[in-house]
Amino acid sequence: MESVNDSKGKCGAEASAQPQPVRLDLAEVREKLSRQRGPEVWRSLEELAETPEFEEFLHREFPRQASEIDAVSRRGFLQLAGASLALAGLTGCTKQPPEGIVPYVKQPEYIVPGRPLFFATTLVHGGYAQGVLAESHMGRPTKIEGNPDHPASLGSTDVFAQAAVLTLYDPERSQSILHDGRIATWGAFVADLGNRLRALQGLGGEGVRILTGTVTSPTFAAQMQDLLTRFPRARWHQWEAAGGHHGRAAATRAFGQPLATRYDFSAARVVLAIDSDVLTEGPGNVRYQRDFARTRRVRKGNLQMSRLYAVESIPTNTGTLADHRLPLPAAEIEAFTLALAQAVGAATAGGDVLTDARARKFVQAIAQDLRANAGASIVAADEYSSPAVQVLVHAINQALGNSGRTVFHTAPVDAAPVDHVASMRELVTDMSAGRVELLLMLGGVNPVYTAPADLGFTPALQKVPLRVHHGLYENETSEYCQWHVPAAHELESWGDARSFDGTVSLMQPLIEPLYSGKTGHEVIAALFANRADATSFELVQAHWKTLLVGNFEEAWRKVVHDGIVPATQLPPAGASVDGGAVQQAANDIRASLQRARSEGSNKVTLRLRPDPTVWDGSLAQNVWLQELPKPLSKLTWDNALMVGPATAERLKVSHEETAEVSWNGRKVQAAVWVLPGMAEGTATLSLGYGRRRAGRATGLGFSAYELRTSQNLWNLPGAEIRGLAGRHDFACTQNHHVLPQGKRKSGMGEDGEIPLAGEQAEKRHLVMTGTLEEFRSDPDFIKKEREEPEPGESLYPGWKYEGHKWGMAIDLNVCTGCSTCIVACQAENNIPVVGKEQVQRGREMHWIRVDRYYAGDMDDPRIHNQPVPCMQCENAPCEVVCPVAATVHSDEGLNDMVYNRCVGTRYCSNNCPYKVRRFNFLRYSDRETPVLALLQNPDVTVRMRGVMEKCTYCVQRIEQAKIESKVENRPIPAGTLQTACQQACPTQAIVFGDINDPESEVTRWKSDPLSYGLLEMLNTRPRTTYLAKITNPNPALAAGQAHPEHEERT
Amino acid sequence: MQIFHRSTNTLAKVSIFGAVFFIALFAWIFSTLLRSSYATGQGIVLKQPVPFSHDHHVAGLGIDCRYCHTAVEVSNSAGMPSTETCMNCHRQIWTNADLLEPVRSSFANNTPIVWQRVHDLPDFVYFNHSVHVAKGIGCASCHGQVDRMPLMFQQATLQMEWCLACHRDPGKNVRPREEVFNLDWEPTDPASYKRYMQPLPAAASDPEWKPSKADVQALQAKLVKEYKIQSLTSCSTCHR
Repeated sequence: MESVNDSKGKCGAEASAQPQPVRLDLAEVREKLSRQRGPEVWRSLEELAETPEFEEFLHREFPRQASEIDAVSRRGFLQLAGASLALAGLTGCTKQPPEGIVPYVKQPEYIVPGRPLFFATTLVHGGYAQGVLAESHMGRPTKIEGNPDHPASLGSTDVFAQAAVLTLYDPERSQSILHDGRIATWGAFVADLGNRLRALQGLGGEGVRILTGTVTSPTFAAQMQDLLTRFPRARWHQWEAAGGHHGRAAATRAFGQPLATRYDFSAARVVLAIDSDVLTEGPGNVRYQRDFARTRRVRKGNLQMSRLYAVESIPTNTGTLADHRLPLPAAEIEAFTLALAQAVGAATAGGDVLTDARARKFVQAIAQDLRANAGASIVAADEYSSPAVQVLVHAINQALGNSGRTVFHTAPVDAAPVDHVASMRELVTDMSAGRVELLLMLGGVNPVYTAPADLGFTPALQKVPLRVHHGLYENETSEYCQWHVPAAHELESWGDARSFDGTVSLMQPLIEPLYSGKTGHEVIAALFANRADATSFELVQAHWKTLLVGNFEEAWRKVVHDGIVPATQLPPAGASVDGGAVQQAANDIRASLQRARSEGSNKVTLRLRPDPTVWDGSLAQNVWLQELPKPLSKLTWDNALMVGPATAERLKVSHEETAEVSWNGRKVQAAVWVLPGMAEGTATLSLGYGRRRAGRATGLGFSAYELRTSQNLWNLPGAEIRGLAGRHDFACTQNHHVLPQGKRKSGMGEDGEIPLAGEQAEKRHLVMTGTLEEFRSDPDFIKKEREEPEPGESLYPGWKYEGHKWGMAIDLNVCTGCSTCIVACQAENNIPVVGKEQVQRGREMHWIRVDRYYAGDMDDPRIHNQPVPCMQCENAPCEVVCPVAATVHSDEGLNDMVYNRCVGTRYCSNNCPYKVRRFNFLRYSDRETPVLALLQNPDVTVRMRGVMEKCTYCVQRIEQAKIESKVENRPIPAGTLQTACQQACPTQAIVFGDINDPESEVTRWKSDPLSYGLLEMLNTRPRTTYLAKITNPNPALAAGQAHPEHEERT
Repeated sequence: MQIFHRSTNTLAKVSIFGAVFFIALFAWIFSTLLRSSYATGQGIVLKQPVPFSHDHHVAGLGIDCRYCHTAVEVSNSAGMPSTETCMNCHRQIWTNADLLEPVRSSFANNTPIVWQRVHDLPDFVYFNHSVHVAKGIGCASCHGQVDRMPLMFQQATLQMEWCLACHRDPGKNVRPREEVFNLDWEPTDPASYKRYMQPLPAAASDPEWKPSKADVQALQAKLVKEYKIQSLTSCSTCHR
């Protein structure tokens, strides 16, 4: 992590060695694409344009050496050679340093040195609970897994949960109570605040304000209730920057109360996602993905498959799985929803609102499909759609009879479901008027950075005499506060929270607070209940004392053990959509549509979204999330102003160049990223970047909050984008580790056509796709396309496996591209972070990557995700070239990587056709910061500089499972041995196991006719195989939609 | 004109033919050093905070290995006794012994005793005690006759070639599971042998009979089969 800090500044010295960037000419790319033939997929616009950078990444895994010095002279070279011989040779002869053993004084029960323990606990994201199991090695949490008993997890997690353990240890977390920037004590804090509060208590707490994010914790809510009775004139405000503002408003309009909505995807045969990443975003996403995947597992003998439509302005993970994806600008999506509502009878018909013929056709086909599956379909819009759209969606689900069957409305999950925007507005008004004496900001809220720009929060805040901030980090807001109190991390705290369906999840600490953090419970108890010594354990337990049924001791133990309070799921409430609200929504949509259509052609609709990795900015300092390639764009360490190719051409803005966005007189500069699949006339900028005070994340990216106002939280119609001179250096991984696809011969032949025979000969099926219909009529249609080598087509003798034979299969049909596997792998295998500048050189260390491919048109491509770990080839090209036998075949078919033998020749990575090997060019692992040593998985070596590494199928887990089975003299129980990526995957797209066992899941997957290997024709015989992606297109739409992949094949 | 003196011919010859010798000498020195106790730590007694005697506690008092090394059957680590384990007895006996002062103060002040690690494998080696114990590899096979060590030292070289010698042919060190913690077990002891294997009828009647080398090998072969012992030499068995 050290390299993070010096990621800037280093670039200069080596800049000259890199080829000069070429400006991407979209017209040329478009022209090339139109001439292209065959079932090709492409990764990026650079690939289509055949830019020199792309070619370099194509031909070599690591295009540039780790040279620190340019143009070394002969003498200099000899000096370096001598020095490196001395260093390498002599340091190899050092004796092992003496080591101590420190046993316990009193050994705690249950702790067996060397064996991890797992504790059920809860992580909170955006206020909502995710039930997890935390792995603890002798008291230090190292890895998060999903809690199989928790309804929001079922054993899987999302990226945020996987990365939580890094935040816990982050040395940048605030480590002491600060008073005016000086270190102070908890006692001094309580005394100072106590004095002020005593004076205010006489006035009933007049002037006391508390600001939190979304709160679902029953204990915290009860504490607040108690506070408001003691201080009746105090006020509780809430501001969750990326919270459910529109959803709450829509529910209030539709049902008269802010009901929560949840879905049961396992019962849905037809799903329509309206501008919504409903599967991979939001509090219920992990569960939704699991349920949805269950309806998409097509195999030989199971041809049942649900159908997913996505109508969206911004490509989403949900959209990548869609059988039909229709990109539409935001305003047109509103019209689309209205037309659909009319077509299914949810809104009164009245005039055709659609102008686009394709959209009209979609409405007809989808409406018919939905009606045919009434009661077993879901229409979903997410938080970022306008309240009007969401009201209509509620009405559509009601009209289809889905409510109560696949769509459930329940009492709100939030403890106090208020309108956050109104709450903030009230707070700012009162602060400006001088009516606020004390503002207590709890739980890491950062309103100075995240408050709607039009409210003027920061100047108003300065009028408050006493300002207190409580959070994990010092940030923009703590800068304006007299007091800052470090918060305890979830893994250090007792607490509770509700998950998306209302289930109360219990939080228990895995470790004492590392940086003397306090929980929100403790701060409230100390300040308002005169209990400065109360621990959150006492507070949480006291709350549940009266609520748990039966013997409290037993019930409490069970709740803590399971991580769930039983029977707390919110029951579905009968709710009917108000007809007036639907009418109102239809009118709103008509009005906004009229506005949008009359707008000048140089305008775009700017859509703001939380960032897929750093969310609202609160996770910006988590470097695992920063370096995680964002799904779809594959950007790291940055956000970007994303526009589609057509929009970029129209606005005359260029890829990776700076532009100015202006909206309603507010201006922000951001760099443009041309993202295929964006709807025309739509731009998007994610929240969470442009932080001013965020440690290592300071200054990364561009702040979307400066444009965001209380009226327009997500949708900024009529924004203008003006290209500026100047290039921004992005670190994007979409061109890294590219697999060869055969040469693209555009412009060959006399008439510009490509000779098909040559093309056929060179085609490589990286992502194999087909339709359900094709599969039904010929189950072996994928098999026929494969280019399997003949058995025995190798000079080397075959391997024999008498015991286990490990293998992996990945189901492309359910991979959403959410990238949880990447972070899970990083946490499990001690994979370091390299920093932005090193990512730009293609040196990111992730052992598993998610390749994203486009097929077809730039403006409306089909999008595929493909996770690529090491293939553990049977005929591994890496093994035969290693001069020191540091990568060798194991008895069970793994390509073992022996770090202690590796001398770093990099021959293996040079010879790996899948480009899955990663080399430690520099010393990426931080060995100096003591606290980070606690994070490492003790079962995996921490690699040094100069060592090659790669996926080993989590060999430490394999060996542990084997050892346990041997000690207990039994076979490894089915389903207990999982790789980290498999365990974390929300859709269970990855399966791992013993191929020698005919009963194992992996054997079944591999024997399915949909199974294929990557680059099979090379005769590497990969152990990791894929199941082809099958779509279930609606026959009514399939004819009209261009599907060259499918058409060409017939 | 002669630039070099005649004698330089001899010098040249010696150095050319001697080169072979010198290289061989260096190689020998290098490999000897590498295997010396200086490099391996073999047989060297480290200074410990308390001069704990396995000889006294195991051979003298008959305490089982697992009384202190509690995790040895379930974990990779054998486990080191907590101070409380020492105090179980030493709050009753030798309560004022000067040698035990570090133990008492550790217990009183709740500060752990820092022992010097005697058997220290490199950090990239993942050794697991539980599976070796389960497969019938006795403590003494690696640690030597600990019950004869007044002060603990490292018996084996703990080098990779030493590990591999057994991993290639695990049969020669296997013993009945019941004897794993018996540091004095002798495969050639007739009484013990007969407990685990019926000798040939000819031997049964002979009171002077002692198991031969072949008899011991037969017992080991039987155990290898019974315990399903494999020769594991894949790198990932130990390196991850």
